[in-house]
Amino acid sequence: MGVGAGIDPQTHGGKSLMHHEFLDRYSRLDSPVHRLPAALKFVLALIFVFVTVALPLAAREWFIGLFAMLVAIAALSRIPWLFLLKRLLFLEPFVLGVAVLTLFQPNGIRVFATIFVRSTLCLLTMVLLSNTTPFATILQVLRRVRVPALFVTTLALMYRYLFVLVDEAERMHRARASRTFTPKTSGNHAHRIHLWQMLGTVIGQLFVRSTERAERIYAAMLARGWR
Amino acid sequence: MHIPDGFVDAKTAVTSGVLAVTGVGIALWQAKRTLPARRVPMLGLASAFVFAAQMLNFPVAGGTSGHLIGATLVAVLLGPSAAAIALAAVLVVQCFLFNDGGLTALGANIFNMAIVATLVGYGVYRLVRRFAPGQRGLILAAAFAGWCSTVAAAISCAGQLAISGTVPWSVSFPAMAGVHMLIGIGEGLITALVILAITKLRADLLDNTTSSVATPVTAFVGFGLVAALGLALFVSPFACKWPDGLEKIAATLGFEHHALEKPLLPAPISNYALPGINSAVVATALAGVIGTVIVFALSWVLARVLIPKPTAESR
Repeated sequence: MGVGAGIDPQTHGGKSLMHHEFLDRYSRLDSPVHRLPAALKFVLALIFVFVTVALPLAAREWFIGLFAMLVAIAALSRIPWLFLLKRLLFLEPFVLGVAVLTLFQPNGIRVFATIFVRSTLCLLTMVLLSNTTPFATILQVLRRVRVPALFVTTLALMYRYLFVLVDEAERMHRARASRTFTPKTSGNHAHRIHLWQMLGTVIGQLFVRSTERAERIYAAMLARGWR
Repeated sequence: MHIPDGFVDAKTAVTSGVLAVTGVGIALWQAKRTLPARRVPMLGLASAFVFAAQMLNFPVAGGTSGHLIGATLVAVLLGPSAAAIALAAVLVVQCFLFNDGGLTALGANIFNMAIVATLVGYGVYRLVRRFAPGQRGLILAAAFAGWCSTVAAAISCAGQLAISGTVPWSVSFPAMAGVHMLIGIGEGLITALVILAITKLRADLLDNTTSSVATPVTAFVGFGLVAALGLALFVSPFACKWPDGLEKIAATLGFEHHALEKPLLPAPISNYALPGINSAVVATALAGVIGTVIVFALSWVLARVLIPKPTAESR
């Protein structure tokens, strides 16, 4: 089973096909950081994240040092600062949503602060990893550390068809909405029922299409000498 | 329900990581043995499907929206092993590509959403199906299983947060279980509607997959052991301490609803304790049972509304 390595994310097609911007679109820039071996970046990210989570906040040197290092890496990687900031701001609510729960205990503020610092540093590490390392290279690393081939193949195919299916789902949603009715979330009772039914049909249709696509892909894989 | 980095401590990260690897390993081993080669691409496509389906929001309460987890849906459509692999793949991609869910929490997230949700969803589905045949039984089972799997995953998540020492159980349990008892209704409804749509679009997909992948006993026992072990580690330590924290919840619950990321309507039995019953444990258990019975009844009503009359062929 060897699909993963052969899949080049750049063949995904241009913007015409996909309305979603690639979240890892800076992963194929050319910079000293991008040129580092993926396995090294992967292991470093792993170490950064695990040490950050394990250390108490009292170990200030680590947290400040890591932050300085991440900023340096970001500068070297030539990823636009605004993009990094936007990614962090976009992801931070997910952290805060859970972090709020930590406030309900004695000493809650301190726990909250600890978690906030840790999560943000880990988030920055992971954002940098995913934007300096193409996903296909991460897959190669996973394959090298003996992650079962079936799982790597699944990941590779998923990455390849992710945006195709998201796009397909949006198109179906739009087509249905424009031809039959315009559901309003704040609408009346009938609207709500329609909205749910429409959602059920769109997701059901999406599954049927995914299945049929999988069958075509299997035929194509066989035709290209898979296995 | 994606736990970010920093919320699970080292011991929980390692424990849930080992459990997740074992669980997904069993699923992969099972899939390798029983999955026909022509279905291998389906695992990847099912993952992409789950990802796309998760991007379609449904309205919850008060103008907010939730989205599908999809574990029950894929488990019903493709069997539990395929569902566990697909959900795990979704979580790995969300972690590495979209930075949604932490790297240290990846094991915990996979354990909750790929293993516990899949296992509970599929188990409940099969169980209900046994007693409720026909099209109505299908809808009833899918809706109820969807709700159960969401709540089970949320409880497991609450246990991990508590055992890591980040969020006390007295806060994490009512918050997670309470919110997801509501979100789970959406999950159950969508799961049932999608399965209904598929029976209309291509009923053969449903028949083929559910009967040919029907309950591989070895995998199911293996999964069951992994999930049970994890729940015993993450949740059971708190089950006995629970009464002590109960008063605290009553105090905190007041403004918890404002503080949560997603505002929500208070559940009918919101603080998990019925008035007039002294033992907190009994009250909690009773509240849980009543909630479950209500959702089961709702699923039953849904099945009767969606499927007009059992026809001769479905009987």
